Amino acid sequence: MIPSHRLALANLWVAVSAFTIASAMALMQALSRADLDLPFRTPKMYYLSVTAHGVLMAIVFTTFFIMALGYFFTERAFHRSIEQRTVGWISFGVATLGTLMASGAILLGKASVLYTFYPPLKAHPLFYIGATLLIVGSWGWSWVLIRTYLVWKRENPESRTPLAVHGMLATIIVWLLATVGVAAEALLLLIPWSLGFTEKIDPILARMLFWWFGHPLVYFWLIPAYVIWYTITPKVAGGKLFSDPLARLVFVMFIVLSTPVGFHHQLMDPGVDATWKLFHVFNTQLIIFPSMLTAFTIIASFEVAGRLKGARGWFDWLEKLPWGDPAFSSVALAMMIFAIGGWGGAINAAYGMNAMVHNTAWVQGHFHLTVGTATALTFMGFSYRLMPALTGRDLELGLLAIIQPYLWFMGMLLFSISNHLTGLQGMPRRIYQFQYGGSEIAQQWLPGTGISAVGGLFLFGSALCFAAVMLGTGLAGTKRPQKEIDFAEPIEPPGHKAMILDNMKVWTAIAIVLVIAAYALPIIQHLQLERFGARGLSPF
Amino acid sequence: MHVDLYERIWMWGATAIIVVFLISIGVTTFSQAFVPPSHIETIDPDEVRSHSEFGEPGVTIHADGSATVVVQAIMYAFLPREIHVPRGQPVTFRIATPDLIHGFQIAQTNGNAMVVPGYVTQFTTVFEEAGEYLIVCNEYCGIGHHNMFGTLIVEENPSAITGAER
Repeated sequence: MIPSHRLALANLWVAVSAFTIASAMALMQALSRADLDLPFRTPKMYYLSVTAHGVLMAIVFTTFFIMALGYFFTERAFHRSIEQRTVGWISFGVATLGTLMASGAILLGKASVLYTFYPPLKAHPLFYIGATLLIVGSWGWSWVLIRTYLVWKRENPESRTPLAVHGMLATIIVWLLATVGVAAEALLLLIPWSLGFTEKIDPILARMLFWWFGHPLVYFWLIPAYVIWYTITPKVAGGKLFSDPLARLVFVMFIVLSTPVGFHHQLMDPGVDATWKLFHVFNTQLIIFPSMLTAFTIIASFEVAGRLKGARGWFDWLEKLPWGDPAFSSVALAMMIFAIGGWGGAINAAYGMNAMVHNTAWVQGHFHLTVGTATALTFMGFSYRLMPALTGRDLELGLLAIIQPYLWFMGMLLFSISNHLTGLQGMPRRIYQFQYGGSEIAQQWLPGTGISAVGGLFLFGSALCFAAVMLGTGLAGTKRPQKEIDFAEPIEPPGHKAMILDNMKVWTAIAIVLVIAAYALPIIQHLQLERFGARGLSPF
Repeated sequence: MHVDLYERIWMWGATAIIVVFLISIGVTTFSQAFVPPSHIETIDPDEVRSHSEFGEPGVTIHADGSATVVVQAIMYAFLPREIHVPRGQPVTFRIATPDLIHGFQIAQTNGNAMVVPGYVTQFTTVFEEAGEYLIVCNEYCGIGHHNMFGTLIVEENPSAITGAER
């Protein structure tokens, strides 16, 4: 096996394991929210499992999968192995250790603070230290890939950066900008406080730093999915990429706009000035643009594929697409779902309208469409190519792989639409049950939560299919040389047009200026307030 | 850089949509004062329970008919447990907590705000329909989060309140 493939594979296995455990947690929650009386159903178990599901899915599964993807794409695109593989392995070790520490604290019931861990909810110090180590590990991964890129660039000063690497670099830059916020929150506020060195903590400052990280985090999830959509899926569909420079424009826009937006998660917060909220809301609305552009370019690429296979009419190119190939169907279905999720996101970030949906079930409905499908389903679909490529084994249980994206799609529509609706009916997110003293309003939520539980069953079935295919392929697939994963070619090679889009220094500099504009003054103003701080509590 | 004609049209369309969004947010903000709760005032969480204002939560009806509601959000209740306010009048909520972050959401209305220890939450809204409303905590605050709720009663006749509350 190619040595670096082993590194990508190690990351992939952690991702798959986290995903599988988190899926089981999700099933419990979906059934619990429908108010079904299950054995072991207690508030303590419920909030523990919400925390485990959130951390393992949103942080562990995504980060490790993206690290695997980064190594794999970089090597395939450059036709060379990564620099400083040892640093890669050390980073993997650090991130895995951190994951074990944080998950251990959660599963022992010492850290049921949910994946947003807002203080003054106080978890065991192992949770914060573990989460920090996971991020430190991801910084090592970033370093290895940046280093590899710079060495390649030195040797190929005239060449165009391969699109897949361009997208992964954008991912890394967004991640580095974002993690400054959460690292500051963990190192300056949370860890000293959880260890007892400081008595009180300022929850609003902590929330500002968390959301500095928390919203670009969603683009850290999304950009790698877009890299798959742009560089792999057109080829899987049997066609070509419709436009290469516009793909680069999309990645660059994400670098610039991902971070100065975090206050749109704090629209309902006291202690944050309305003017700054409005500024972040404006920036957030601009991020609709790169996703609109992506929708056009990818669907146009699909049409190209259909036409190459002989389609002539307006819509018959749709029938020519390989709907039985999960690497294709996963992306096509993920895009349909993301179309709904994107509009929901525009509503969430719409300043005033947010008041109707803030912290309601609408929100979990929303992000299960975005990270839970646009990202997760894309990753699962690509895993059916990635696992064979990394292990040199045949894909096993192919039938399960074929139905898996459709099960996910069905399940997510049921789960998510019902959650959007119960959210509009006023149902809060993250609640164990909704008796509320027999309130009539709360009774209206029951049909919706029932439908969402049925969706949860579909999703769990889909997750089991995925886990079975991964285990079957990775451990028992027939060993033989596998077909290379090829990148899609653009219809028109980018040549040397719009070279500025490859200049990551310029875009990073602009992004840093915007981050400073969005955060420096609000934080300085905030520190001028007479702040009292809050003691910690661990009521779980 | 060559961009396909249809894609260019699409890009202008996308731009137009975003411009419409930005304008509608701007117009509602500046002409209708449609602003999320962003009050800036701090308070020591340790003093909330004995505070001259928040220590005695309740409703005050002002001479002009508007009302101020002072709420203490605690694990796991909103105090007072039943809040009576007048219909069709500006109602200003002032909320503080001595313990954890809570959410104060009047279900099926746009009354929705975070309550953060160390800060005073304040927002003003008008209830156009009389009746009973459910107030829920919508931010996770530990094992009893789902038991944290209150009742809001919007009264057609404000004189019913003055007698009942203060």
